[in-house]
Amino acid sequence: MLTYIARRMLQGAVVIVLISVGTFFVIRLMPGDPTYLLLGEGEIRISQEQMEAIRARWGLDRPYHEQFFIWAWNLLRGDFGDSLIRKGIPVRQMIFEAIPVTAILNVTSLGLALLVAIPAGIIAGVRRNSTFDYGTAVGSTLGVALPNFWLALMLIVLFALYVPRWFGDLPLIGRIPPFGLKSWQGYILPVLVLTTEQMAVMTRVMRASTLEVLTQDYVRTAYAKGLPNTIVLVRHAVRNALLPVVTVIGFRIAFILSGTIVVETVFAIPGIGRLFTDSIFRLDYQVVQSLVVVLAVLVVAVNLLTDLTYAIIDPRIRIN
Amino acid sequence: MTTSEPTELNQQLTDGFGHRSEWSQAWRRFRANRIAVGGLVVILLLATMAIFAPLLSPYDPIDEIFRGMRGGSPTLAHPFGYDHLGRDLLSRVIFGSRIALLVGLLATGIAVVLGVVIGAVAGYLGSWEDTLISRVIDTLMAFPIIALLVVLAAVLGPSLVTTVVVIGVTGWARFARVVRADIMSLKATDFVTAARAVGVRDWRIIWRHLLPNVLGPIIVLATLGIGGIIILESALSFLGLGIRPPNPSWGGTLADGRAFILRFPHIAFFPGLMIVITVLAFNFLGDGLRDALDPRERD
Repeated sequence: MLTYIARRMLQGAVVIVLISVGTFFVIRLMPGDPTYLLLGEGEIRISQEQMEAIRARWGLDRPYHEQFFIWAWNLLRGDFGDSLIRKGIPVRQMIFEAIPVTAILNVTSLGLALLVAIPAGIIAGVRRNSTFDYGTAVGSTLGVALPNFWLALMLIVLFALYVPRWFGDLPLIGRIPPFGLKSWQGYILPVLVLTTEQMAVMTRVMRASTLEVLTQDYVRTAYAKGLPNTIVLVRHAVRNALLPVVTVIGFRIAFILSGTIVVETVFAIPGIGRLFTDSIFRLDYQVVQSLVVVLAVLVVAVNLLTDLTYAIIDPRIRIN
Repeated sequence: MTTSEPTELNQQLTDGFGHRSEWSQAWRRFRANRIAVGGLVVILLLATMAIFAPLLSPYDPIDEIFRGMRGGSPTLAHPFGYDHLGRDLLSRVIFGSRIALLVGLLATGIAVVLGVVIGAVAGYLGSWEDTLISRVIDTLMAFPIIALLVVLAAVLGPSLVTTVVVIGVTGWARFARVVRADIMSLKATDFVTAARAVGVRDWRIIWRHLLPNVLGPIIVLATLGIGGIIILESALSFLGLGIRPPNPSWGGTLADGRAFILRFPHIAFFPGLMIVITVLAFNFLGDGLRDALDPRERD
């Protein structure tokens, strides 16, 4: 077990190094010189010497491989450098301010999605070919096919335009703001959007895994022993049927992050995803390359964690 | 000579017969699936719409600007209304199908070719080539693809070609994974050993003996992937990194609508609806093909 963990962590480290080297050099192929962006908008005339001084201050005059090692070394020490565009603000501060927002958003949506998807998938699997089964099938098919940015815009139209026009303020919630995060209500629409896709996928997984488990010998044995239906389902079937969901969560972390990039941009929410797209457009090298490394670490860590969880809750899995 | 003639004839007979019946059985199973056939019909309609876009669209999608009609609501003459610049939205949506299908098919094509070649190499050779390729596949599958696309599109400069190439080049991993696994298991079968014993070259074994056997799963995976790719293209255009305005892509039109979402919600509504219909059609077709080509996988 320990050697397995060690090997997986080593592999993860290799992946992270590959991704950071790749991003660092690819980003430097971007058209545009960040020096001009540093100077701000408009036509500012400066001398050649001043230009050189700025480049030297930010290390932009050094060869690329030197820039890379300086950056990587600082990164290892926990120093992410300063933002090129938002002058003087440490990248670490920007990222650490954005992480909680993204975390709240995605953990809430994942939790809500599982809360609905697990029971729905079990019922659909147990009552196969029932109206409920077909209903969830239609729902999850739609949920997968809806582009999250479109769903986001349509929900904005519904809740910011039509609901106030038809019903006025909602009880308890009041008015849902279409953009931004000035109050907790700002989380409602993005969470709804992110939940939809997760819910659709998880319901499918849960249904398929319930169907699979119900054909197993131990379920037949449990019935043969004369156990009541509910006990067989809860104690024997559902417990085992939950396992694939754990794997799928790990597998989907990449999709979840992709979703958050788009959704945060639509709703103008100051999370990791919005920071990422903003920094790309502003050519803020420092932020983009650090963010990509943070994302890579996150993905590798979640994958390792889910694999370990899987091994711990299912003793049949032997790791090697 | 006398002995080889009948065997050859038999060979041809069984070859031809077995081949035909396998695919025709699949076709029969597919035809019985009404949802899948519906998906195919919708895709054919969309393709017709894309091909004959200039004939079908009532107005010019780029140059014909109606003065004073910015964001105008749908009317009889303009059933989808006007966009934020006063252009006919229906015409822009019709022309948008060209970009969606073009990107969906071309990017899938690139991803399939790359995935099959890379997966076949990894599965057939094994050893360190396999280890290296598997690591790259894992990395690509685990990394948020939108982040990668956004960085690459920003580097290369947004355009139609960039969009196709970038999505294709980052999307091969899932195909490579399937081809690699299948080829690894097929490599150990008797017919491959026999071919090798007779002295058939490696590339010929891969091309003639192994690849035809993974064709089914690849067709299914590719069809199911097209919907996802169309969504990716729209997402890129939506973020301003895909197709450049004034070209009428669905994602780009959605982005136009986003700026005016509370004043002219119909601008974002129609292109999104088309995306949903197209993605659903490809998903239904893919599900149908899976059931038809691999009846064991049915539930």
